[in-house]
Amino acid sequence: MSKITSINEFVIKFANVNGSGSASANQMFAKGIFRSGIPVSPKNIFPSNIQGLPTWFEIRASEKGYLGRKAGIDFMVAMNPQSYLQDVAEINPGGYLLYDSSWKREFHRDDINIIEVPLTSLCVDEFQNPKTRLLFKNLVYVGALSYLMSMNKDIFIELIEEQFKGKEKLIAPNVQALEMGFNYAKKHLTDVCNIKVNQKNLTDGMILTNGNNAGGLGCVYGGATVCAWYPITPSTSLAESYKKYCDQFRVDDKTGKNKFAFVQAEDELSSIGMAIGANWNGARAFTATSGPGISLMTEFVGLAYFAEIPVVIFNIQRGGPSTGMPTRTQQSDILSCAYASHGDTKHVMLIPADPKECFEFAAESFDISDRLQTPVFVLSDLDIGMNDWTCPEFEWDDSKKFDRGKVLSKDDLENMESWGRYLDVDGDGIPFRTLPGTHPEKGAYFTRGSSHDEYARYVEDGEVNARNMSRILKKFEGADKFLPKPIFKQETNASSNGLIYFGSTEAAMQESLDQLSIAGFPIDAMRIRSFPFGAEVWDFIDQHERIFLVEQNRDAQMKTLIVSEGSINPQKFISILCFDGAPITANFISESILEIISENSVSKTAEEMK
Amino acid sequence: MTYIVKPVNHHPNLEKNALGLTRRDYEGTISTLCAGCGHDSISAAVIEACYDLSLASDQIAKLSGIGCSSKSPSYFLNQAHGFNSVHGRMPSVATGANLGNQDLMYLGVSGDGDTAGIGIGQFMHAARRQLNITYIVENNGTYGLTKGQFSATNDQGSKSKYGEENVLAPIDLAAMAIQLGAGFVGRSFSGDKDQLVPLLKAAMKFKGFSLIDIISPCVTFNNHVGSTKSYDYIREHNESVSSLDFVPIEQEIKTSYNKGSKVEVPLHDGAILTLEKLSKKYNPLDKGLAVQSLNEAEKNGKVLTGLLYINPEVKDHAEILNISDTPLNEFSDKELCPGSDKLAKVNASLN
Repeated sequence: MSKITSINEFVIKFANVNGSGSASANQMFAKGIFRSGIPVSPKNIFPSNIQGLPTWFEIRASEKGYLGRKAGIDFMVAMNPQSYLQDVAEINPGGYLLYDSSWKREFHRDDINIIEVPLTSLCVDEFQNPKTRLLFKNLVYVGALSYLMSMNKDIFIELIEEQFKGKEKLIAPNVQALEMGFNYAKKHLTDVCNIKVNQKNLTDGMILTNGNNAGGLGCVYGGATVCAWYPITPSTSLAESYKKYCDQFRVDDKTGKNKFAFVQAEDELSSIGMAIGANWNGARAFTATSGPGISLMTEFVGLAYFAEIPVVIFNIQRGGPSTGMPTRTQQSDILSCAYASHGDTKHVMLIPADPKECFEFAAESFDISDRLQTPVFVLSDLDIGMNDWTCPEFEWDDSKKFDRGKVLSKDDLENMESWGRYLDVDGDGIPFRTLPGTHPEKGAYFTRGSSHDEYARYVEDGEVNARNMSRILKKFEGADKFLPKPIFKQETNASSNGLIYFGSTEAAMQESLDQLSIAGFPIDAMRIRSFPFGAEVWDFIDQHERIFLVEQNRDAQMKTLIVSEGSINPQKFISILCFDGAPITANFISESILEIISENSVSKTAEEMK
Repeated sequence: MTYIVKPVNHHPNLEKNALGLTRRDYEGTISTLCAGCGHDSISAAVIEACYDLSLASDQIAKLSGIGCSSKSPSYFLNQAHGFNSVHGRMPSVATGANLGNQDLMYLGVSGDGDTAGIGIGQFMHAARRQLNITYIVENNGTYGLTKGQFSATNDQGSKSKYGEENVLAPIDLAAMAIQLGAGFVGRSFSGDKDQLVPLLKAAMKFKGFSLIDIISPCVTFNNHVGSTKSYDYIREHNESVSSLDFVPIEQEIKTSYNKGSKVEVPLHDGAILTLEKLSKKYNPLDKGLAVQSLNEAEKNGKVLTGLLYINPEVKDHAEILNISDTPLNEFSDKELCPGSDKLAKVNASLN
């Protein structure tokens, strides 16, 4: 029997029953690899369900730092008889299958290595409480795995101690379960597994966290004081993270009172309404949601756009349309956010690619929104938002000051002869605003979503309205200088082929570019990080004959946006589209591109022969 | 319907309040509503109440939704910031504004379409949250701006201008607000300034959600024979539960009442609300009785007005959320951003 032999490069998958407590054990195993100094990317593939349905957890470990999802499983921990059939089929030849052999099974595959651990029997013998038995099964397989992969068991003991800090009673039985698995494997399963984890120091200076945790933290650092939100997967944990960090950092020591407000609204219309109301008063406020919430918020987005009120909206994208696949990932709200709301509207979008950027963009989004007096969308997705990523530590420059934009103080108003809320004084399209309560006689105006003139007065004069709309566009056209610039994978263009991608596709991209280089087709790549696009984006497109545009949606939404905003010939683009709800893989990208390139070279040769 | 600036010349001998301001200082732009519209009387009552209380206009935020009623904040308090939001969504905007700065006084102006129709959800949740706002519903039972469709507060059997009969039962916003826990619920009539002004003053001083449902006839679409929201109908069917005197903290009580018919309610800042009960049975501190009385009045074809319910012990939204006394919009960068030291600790917790 052949065995996959690999050190620090493998994919392990856990197939569990939802609600069986497996997630925390699986996360612990991922963290164990991370603590062993190996970059790791765990992905929780879960159903929209609380208990009973199948759920999976994939962990890719890669000392090369390739952390995109990879199809084909090297090691399967199959804990769910309901999904055995499909789980077993996924295992690569020479791979491993660990299952609960308390009930023996035939798997009808002679090209994989079957590892039997009687998890249930072991737990039944050792623990009395039926619930504990069920929960500890998970730790028993973590223990067995740590032996099979030659990992340092102490790392896991340390993780258990950290997890149950404050609940010390629970440490001993958890460690016992771990040891049980470890010892069973040591006794019965020597020299079984050739996939090993060798201690390295590749995760020094790195953290393991998810984008929602980072985004919530970024809002605290960006000075947000109001979070109004409505529960929706996969954005909920961003709001919860904001609350968690506010509880740590924003409670006044002396009074015990909060320097923040956290409001679970009755729906998404209300949550964005609250965020807009707070921003109108000069308190930085945001909401977090996903596709269906964006649909509900669009009327208010138009109001904030037209009345020029800052507001930050996190959209943690999931599979659409409609309710779609709430627990799967997609990048399918590009257009619905870029042009959200009726009438002529365009919105600033920030598109982070990992948790570190979620932190940074969250913090920056408030400056950008205040500066431009317009809604800012932060477009993350389920893959970044809910899965833990190995990424560099968060950084903060203490000399940084918030940019509150053009807000007039009492003194400013005192010294002004006249002022118009929507008057373009500086020629950048951005007017000056006042906050309620600033001055007893000056600066009051009526904020409205109906047509208005430079002095915020209601008008039905078409010319005045057109002038106002043009000024708002001017503001938008100058926005890119405040936004994150694109990132280039090859500084000097080496190829006539360009590749554009964005967001969570980052995880798969380096591996894909390396694969393409090895295949003899190096490609220049650019990651878009914001909208509206700046000159760098247009130059890159200009400098390449053909552009591959990689997106995780069906309709090539980013292509539509680029083509329409830049008036570019759509023929120039070839779309690589993944929309099955699973994070895109390097192999998918490379194979799709290579297929097209080779097809083209074949047809070119055919043409030349004529 | 363009914005019309009012001339600002004042008569030199106009009466002044404690701030040295005249009533005209509390006015807004010239109304563009129909002549005789009940809403304009309400605007006048708001001006009167703010003048009487010597409120600083710049410390007031006036917010509205969409519709005739929602236009009216333009017609009072020129020095107050205004926000004409989207249809039915004023409560959420006001909630956010209040979270940003709870020191301002919030005046919400809505209509029956805006509140009982499209925005009923937001209205209910704002009441439930005990948002600190004076929430005025200018209730005329009809969609005026779209030319006279029935609204959800229109009475069953009431006829439209075109003779069509309303077949659905009305929503009683006051009864609903009481059920939802609103701390202050009153109903009045735009044509009864003597009742409305003290009610508004008390509502403005109340800390928590105060609703005043004001029957405000639409002269153009709902003031005909057969309508139950016409001037004539309301005058005939109005039954006041109490007459109200609002006594600010700095004044002594001057009005004398018949013993036994008087209820005194202390407000959050120490001011006292004195009610003369017009009905012996009525007690505005009794939630159950208030709802029961409203139901009975409805059965008897009466419109119950006055202060219907008050709970002086409610905590407002900001207090419930334990928000700092310093408004959230006043904190400096330093007070809000935890800085790099704390971030190092966060990093350490994630590796």
